[in-house]
Amino acid sequence: MILQLIAAMVGTIGFALLFGVPRKYYIVGGLIGAAGWGIYCSTVNTCGATIATLLATIVVMFLSRVASVCKKCPVTIFMISGIIPLVPGGGVYWTSYYLVMNQLSLAFETGYKAIKCAVAIVIGIVIVFELPQSLFFALTGNKSVKKKKISD
Amino acid sequence: MADINDKAVMELAMKAGNVLLANGAEIFRVEETMERICRYYGIMSEREFVLTNGIFMTAGSEKEGFFARVQRVPVRGSRLDKIEAVNQLSREIESGMYTPEEAIEEVKRIKEMPPKSAGSQIFASGASCAAFSILFGGNLNDCVAAFFVGLVLYVYVLFVFDPHLSKIVGNILGGTLATVLCIFLYSAGVGEHMNFMIIGSIIPLVPGVSFTNAIREIAEENYISGAVRLLDAILVFLCIAIGVGAGISIMENITKGIIL
Repeated sequence: MILQLIAAMVGTIGFALLFGVPRKYYIVGGLIGAAGWGIYCSTVNTCGATIATLLATIVVMFLSRVASVCKKCPVTIFMISGIIPLVPGGGVYWTSYYLVMNQLSLAFETGYKAIKCAVAIVIGIVIVFELPQSLFFALTGNKSVKKKKISD
Repeated sequence: MADINDKAVMELAMKAGNVLLANGAEIFRVEETMERICRYYGIMSEREFVLTNGIFMTAGSEKEGFFARVQRVPVRGSRLDKIEAVNQLSREIESGMYTPEEAIEEVKRIKEMPPKSAGSQIFASGASCAAFSILFGGNLNDCVAAFFVGLVLYVYVLFVFDPHLSKIVGNILGGTLATVLCIFLYSAGVGEHMNFMIIGSIIPLVPGVSFTNAIREIAEENYISGAVRLLDAILVFLCIAIGVGAGISIMENITKGIIL
């Protein structure tokens, strides 16, 4: 489990670097990625991959929004690399593997699972973005609440 | 603020919007940044229409000069540091630190910001591949193998894919390269689970930015932009899958199915 969390953190930071995230955000981004993966790992056995992905996405998005308000920077910086461990890269691989191996029913099954996980990510992102920005200002004790739409 | 040059302000807004959009910012951020810059310098008639691959901007009324500009912005990679820098700049503009001309210089500087060195990008790719092969179920041996494949893959991405290849061909070849290398390493005895090695190694190609942004655009009801980005993401996913499939069948034929 510890190894998994460290791996999630390293992977997230590696991606942050590839996407050109400024160095000062690496640690926070890595922690968010690790938190998301931790939630996924601890729920995947009881609720299945789809729900686990949904829960993990919600956590990643929520923490990203908190971090973006705290650090006053675009939320994209944290969410994109934090989401990467949850993106069904494995599903893409297994689907094409089974297709090439002519195991069509397995290919269909894994492809279907990957799509379900992608939909879970979609729903997770949409849910968290419905929360009003003022909630995040209140959570972080940030006083600079503006009336118009805030770009964080 | 009588001596503010309207043309310069709108040029500034256009350039800032362009940098944001070209580097993977969301539509609403681009529109809002452009609008904020114009409003701060007192231009009220500015209107913009932003798509994933283009910006349309006009201004003009009885009191203000006329200005119109259309710019095509190709869907390209993502440099989140540039988005962050422009975001910071627009805050600083609003706190009155720049004249429009100075700000244009600043946007130009941001546009030219150098990427992370090739060495550190390649290393980061290796490290992510290693980490992801563990996340998807591999052990430490697989992780070492994925690390090396990740290094090679990113050398390919930086020096062959980015400068020379289209998105489709580049991703197919990238997927094939990663798969073939993994199978080679596996048959040479490095790494124990071929599948987890391959899954870890194709991760740097996965279109994370397009995919997440696509969802957010659609959630914001920017359907056209969301659809463009989603198509972009699905295309890349498909190409990776095709590449992996091609790699597996090539190696299967070479080894006559002994390994797989």
